[in-house]
Amino acid sequence: MAVSVDPIHQFELQPLVSLGHIGNQQIAFTQSALYMFAAVGVIALLTIAATSGRAVVPGRLQALAETLYEFIADTVHQATGADGKRFLPLVFSLFMFVLVLNLFGMIPYAFAVTSHLIVTFGLALVVILTVVIYGVAKHGTHFLGVFVPSGVPKPLLLIMVPIEIVSFLSRPISLSVRLFANILAGHIALKIFAFFVVQLLVAGAWGVLSPLPLALTVALTALEFLVAALQAYVFATLTAVYLADALHPGH
Amino acid sequence: MDPVAAKYIGAGLACLGMAGASIGLGNLFGQFYAGALRNPSAADSQRTNLLLGFALTEALGIFSLLVALLLLFAV
Repeated sequence: MAVSVDPIHQFELQPLVSLGHIGNQQIAFTQSALYMFAAVGVIALLTIAATSGRAVVPGRLQALAETLYEFIADTVHQATGADGKRFLPLVFSLFMFVLVLNLFGMIPYAFAVTSHLIVTFGLALVVILTVVIYGVAKHGTHFLGVFVPSGVPKPLLLIMVPIEIVSFLSRPISLSVRLFANILAGHIALKIFAFFVVQLLVAGAWGVLSPLPLALTVALTALEFLVAALQAYVFATLTAVYLADALHPGH
Repeated sequence: MDPVAAKYIGAGLACLGMAGASIGLGNLFGQFYAGALRNPSAADSQRTNLLLGFALTEALGIFSLLVALLLLFAV
């Protein structure tokens, strides 16, 4: 009767090619790295193939690439204004990378790379370091204006400035944990509900109820597709919003 | 108390954080529809903001789920 399942098992890294050890830590080319290379390959193929024709009336592939590009271009323009255009390649790359990895994770038995905190934290670190380095290089000490909201009465600043500092410091954490936790929790929920089907099927007469969790699994899968696209969009939008701070620190 | 029992109780308590996220989501969609039904022509332009708010709010609920999962599997 006791069928056991470990919903965390799916996130285990499997080394494909071992590259040796540093101390006790194995350094290996894992399936996670393989998926990332595959994602970059898919994105490169898609964008190169879509734009090679450059037809005035776009075909399907070109229309897809143009839609994605315009979508992100609009988002960046809304958040940062006209001079934010130089960050469009960064935001577009991050968006496509996260989107394709999230969608890869939705393929049954595939590995969800973005369910690992270190991957999303690396991406968030790229964003935050870009903000800080570009902001300091362009504005120098004026970049500290990020912490001083404009139009606030002087006494209130005593409270507002520490709050702004904490909020700025927590950005890389919230940006990475949001993506990672959404994907992780979604995949675990899928696994657990799928397991309910098996549990009911082996429980004799209760098996008649097994279509219920099955239907829920289907619905959850649809929700996870929404979440996969939405989290990529949220990551790109928040990146654009944070970059706007680097461009215009004085709120 | 048995530490394993405490772990499970803690995981259950951590899930209470989702109550906050559910209040937020109810507020978010409720307010959106209250506004959207008054002025349906302006609703479409705000749909991406709605989804953004949905994702930001939902993430907070997921954080509490994450704490529960950490308690169950990682601690």
